[in-house]
Amino acid sequence: MSRILAHNLVVDFPIYGGKSRSLKHRFIRTATGGAFAKDAADRVVVRALDHLTFDWKEGQRVGLVGHNGSGKTTLLRVIAGIYEPVAGALEVQGRVASMLSISLGMDPEASGYENIFLRGVTMGLTRRQIEAIVDDVCEFSELGDYIEMPMRTYSSGMIMRLAFAISTSVKADIILMDEWLSVGDASFTEKANKRLKGLVDQAKILVLASHSKDVIEANCSVVVHLDHGRLIA
Amino acid sequence: MRNAIKDLFEGVSSLHVWPALGWQEVKQRYRRSTLGPFWLTLSMGILLAGMGPLYGKLFNQDVGSYFLYLTVGFIAWQALSLMLSEGCTVFIASEGFIKSVRLPFTIHVMRFTWKNIIVMFHNMIVAVVVIAFFQPPLGFGLLLVPIAILFYILNGLWLATILGLLCARFRDIPQIVGSVVQIFFFLTPVIWKPGMLGRHAWTVDLNPFYHFIEIFRAPLIGEPTNLRSWGVVLAITLAGFAVMLPLFARFRQRIAYWL
Repeated sequence: MSRILAHNLVVDFPIYGGKSRSLKHRFIRTATGGAFAKDAADRVVVRALDHLTFDWKEGQRVGLVGHNGSGKTTLLRVIAGIYEPVAGALEVQGRVASMLSISLGMDPEASGYENIFLRGVTMGLTRRQIEAIVDDVCEFSELGDYIEMPMRTYSSGMIMRLAFAISTSVKADIILMDEWLSVGDASFTEKANKRLKGLVDQAKILVLASHSKDVIEANCSVVVHLDHGRLIA
Repeated sequence: MRNAIKDLFEGVSSLHVWPALGWQEVKQRYRRSTLGPFWLTLSMGILLAGMGPLYGKLFNQDVGSYFLYLTVGFIAWQALSLMLSEGCTVFIASEGFIKSVRLPFTIHVMRFTWKNIIVMFHNMIVAVVVIAFFQPPLGFGLLLVPIAILFYILNGLWLATILGLLCARFRDIPQIVGSVVQIFFFLTPVIWKPGMLGRHAWTVDLNPFYHFIEIFRAPLIGEPTNLRSWGVVLAITLAGFAVMLPLFARFRQRIAYWL
């Protein structure tokens, strides 16, 4: 049973300038009593998510829309467990796969083959699990003999193909995506789309943030509108 | 607190993650060079070959035994100083990871500790060569060497966690730690021996670095086991974890916000 349940979820980002961040100022602040309260009250925070309450259940395909800086990516990161809510509660049931940065952990100097392992490790897979996906990744990415070459010899399109193939090779209950992933040239894009669609279809919950109306309409059953960190019904 | 301990255990037991990432970091640095990580060995060898005779002469020491003393001590010192100076960056340098995937924070600490141990083992090759050449009277004390390395790892773990946390929040601390480490290189008996202080030799006992170096150096240069140093190291290890755990439990979840 997969579910994402939030109650009055709040995320604030403290803003540390060059000044408030240094230890010197911390000391001075503590030493000069009076300034303390003022400074503490003056500490600038950006409220990225403001009392969000929602309940997303199995089968739902959630589309997050909103202008730049409305909190879409932050919300995805909170669900992925990267940011702990500052206040409120969040419950996430099910294995989460986040497609937030699909090439994280890859090393340009390593071969494509080595990178499958590096990327896999970063995704938290065991060696055995990675070995099980290697053939599929090699075949899907269509890199052929290039898989033995250092990744720095690849074109950027080839790197994306590889990263995409690895990141989409493991099933998950909940999939988080920041914009619909699209890689490669025309014919590959179609193939990639099909693979991503297959992955999304078997997932129990999809949360997709996008600026594209078409993408949201094509993939989502619920549309959630975020504005300045608040949910607009 | 429970979550912090869970993080710690999950992190340490993620044997499929941190050894690979730590090794990768070392490899990355020496990729496309013929010697690879053995550059570490070579540069350490060259450094000691230069320093050994010079300081041996300056301090009026028997060159053979001094060279051995310096080699083993210096390797231990380097491992310790790396733990401190690079310990500051465990979370800062892992920003990309921390902001993109949820992994136990301890994985980043382990990755870093493992990298330092790999570096230490490459340096150890120099020590092995020097020991083989001068043949100090080694005894059962040698069995203590792996235990000393284990204590280096344990202390690297709590130290990097605390420093990593503080440095993520206060960006001045890496600079402070950097200069403190530099001073302690001269204050710690690495290039000099405690005996050279004459009646002030007792002061080295106040220096925690001395005890950490001593537990590794003494057995490798054929000196008797210094039980007091072992006691101090054990106490520091326990105290370190006692400080680290509550701090980690309290601030673990803020790390992502600080980066």
